[in-house]
Amino acid sequence: MKTCTENVETPSPSSREGSFSDHVGTAALGCPVERSSTVASSPTYTMGELMVATAAREIRDGEIVFVGMRLPLIAFVVAKKMHAPNAVGLFENGVIRATPASELIYTMADPPNILGATQCLDMLGVMGLLQSGRVHLGFLGAAEVDRFGNLNSTEVRGPKGITRLPGSGGACDIASLAHRFVVLLEHSKQRLPERVSFRTSPGNGDGAGWRKRVGLPRGGPVAVITTKAVLRFDEDGEAYLASIHPGVDIEDVLENTGWKLRAAEAIEQTPEPSAEELQAIREYDKEGFWTR
Amino acid sequence: MSKVCNMREAIAELVSDGSSVALGLQMEQMIPFAAGHEIIRQKKRGLRLIGPISDILFDQMIGAGCMEQVIAAWVGNVMMGSAYNFRRAVEQDGMKVFNMTNFTIALALQAGAMGVPFLPTNTALGSDVTRGNEFFAEIDSPFAGEQKPSGDGRPWSNPRGARQTEPITEKLLTVRALNPDVTIVHVQRADREGNAHCWGSFGVMLEGVRAAKRVIVVAEEIVEPEVIASDPNRTVVPGFLVNAVVECRYGAHPSPVQGYYKRDDAFFRQYHEQTKTKNDSDAWLERWVYGVADRAAYVNQLGACRCEGLAVKQHAYAAQTDFGY
Repeated sequence: MKTCTENVETPSPSSREGSFSDHVGTAALGCPVERSSTVASSPTYTMGELMVATAAREIRDGEIVFVGMRLPLIAFVVAKKMHAPNAVGLFENGVIRATPASELIYTMADPPNILGATQCLDMLGVMGLLQSGRVHLGFLGAAEVDRFGNLNSTEVRGPKGITRLPGSGGACDIASLAHRFVVLLEHSKQRLPERVSFRTSPGNGDGAGWRKRVGLPRGGPVAVITTKAVLRFDEDGEAYLASIHPGVDIEDVLENTGWKLRAAEAIEQTPEPSAEELQAIREYDKEGFWTR
Repeated sequence: MSKVCNMREAIAELVSDGSSVALGLQMEQMIPFAAGHEIIRQKKRGLRLIGPISDILFDQMIGAGCMEQVIAAWVGNVMMGSAYNFRRAVEQDGMKVFNMTNFTIALALQAGAMGVPFLPTNTALGSDVTRGNEFFAEIDSPFAGEQKPSGDGRPWSNPRGARQTEPITEKLLTVRALNPDVTIVHVQRADREGNAHCWGSFGVMLEGVRAAKRVIVVAEEIVEPEVIASDPNRTVVPGFLVNAVVECRYGAHPSPVQGYYKRDDAFFRQYHEQTKTKNDSDAWLERWVYGVADRAAYVNQLGACRCEGLAVKQHAYAAQTDFGY
């Protein structure tokens, strides 16, 4: 063997690019949100950290959660520490965990996610639990989310032709079968079209009653956490603006949404991450690979 | 009977042009990169690639021109996002992709493993993934209207309570069975007949092996049959299903093998940087695949330092298991 002539690089935040297709990559596995910059109005936390804290609050104590990678993975860490100590995490490769992995992971099959797990068996086992209604919440990312919470992570059709994305992974299954799902993505007109060009993962279809009509047993989107706001869903299946992140104004949100976004009667400000939440995030994502 | 051979022999004998090959069934762990690279070196053509997620191995085989079709849930670079050869093949060359989901590829292989033509599911109804896709068909449930147990959304509030029920839906999606011509799995250890132990991430390995017409087991170590028989719950592949056993240290690099080496995150990142154009990708393949004769040469090129960096730093042995009676 030769000796150390080759520099063993470690991933660093600056190495990641911000192009559209690169970041829709792990749509199935979690959140493909761009490395976020510090929130303008507040130097104390980043947009990634705000989104993680917001996602963490979606997890209720005792729930069974399809965790995913990237930001939702850290949300699970925060929720376990803060308000949901009895939440259980499921991963598509067959892993079930009562505690988060002891160090930051880049894929769900990284060795730290196996060590100390409650169970490591097969995908059919965890997907079976999902299908039979045992999973309360799933987190998803996507290239596009539309007005009715449908997700696209397969292909985007543009003027220059098709941009092929990696595909569903388990996203379609989670969107189809979990009792509720939450989406995280960058807020832009491009990412939030009125209608997705390919419905990889079913949201509310074209409105209320659609899921039942096509035969889905339950579920649907409950929140879209973006880099500007949180959207929630009305009884008619359409998304509305529920809260705006600190330092973002409403015009910015509306102008960067691909349809005429309805707003709640009283739009709230998304709560900032607390000192404890920030500590939990930074203890886990030490280098800020996902959150900075 | 010993089925031990080297990688060159195993691929030459068992993977023919035009065959369907299931790879990377354990998700992001234990991906048989060494086997995939040998397929590339032997210039196999017209393959149908089957897998849930094969991280960058699918992309390398597509870049090398081995593929005619891909049947997969996700193709890319898990840590970094898109993979460029896959994108080029689909966007520019029109490579055929059968879009699956993780669950439905598991069901397709499970149907193949069980010898039934299809299995029913509730997933993906209303999704465009199934549209015009020969692996899917909708049927009416013969048992519609009956009740089945379901989660109530809040078991924690009533931990001793029975599960609530929900009606069995009328529509079902059926997933057509898949029987790969060859399934290749990477495991920690196997005996000479192919009885194999694996621990860590299983993914769809069990059904992928049972569904296959031929199976290649690639193991970090060949062990005595007594080692395998001492812990039968850890046996994921029974030897009678196996056609070839290849001993290949570091055969899954840069993916991790629990208890042997960790994931080489930098390698995945470098691949992303180094394959943005067709020319760059060709240069990458020349350096890491065509330019090395076998896995030993690849490991040599990787360097002792890098391998040491990936080695297990702190062992974590399971509690002893008593099979006595």
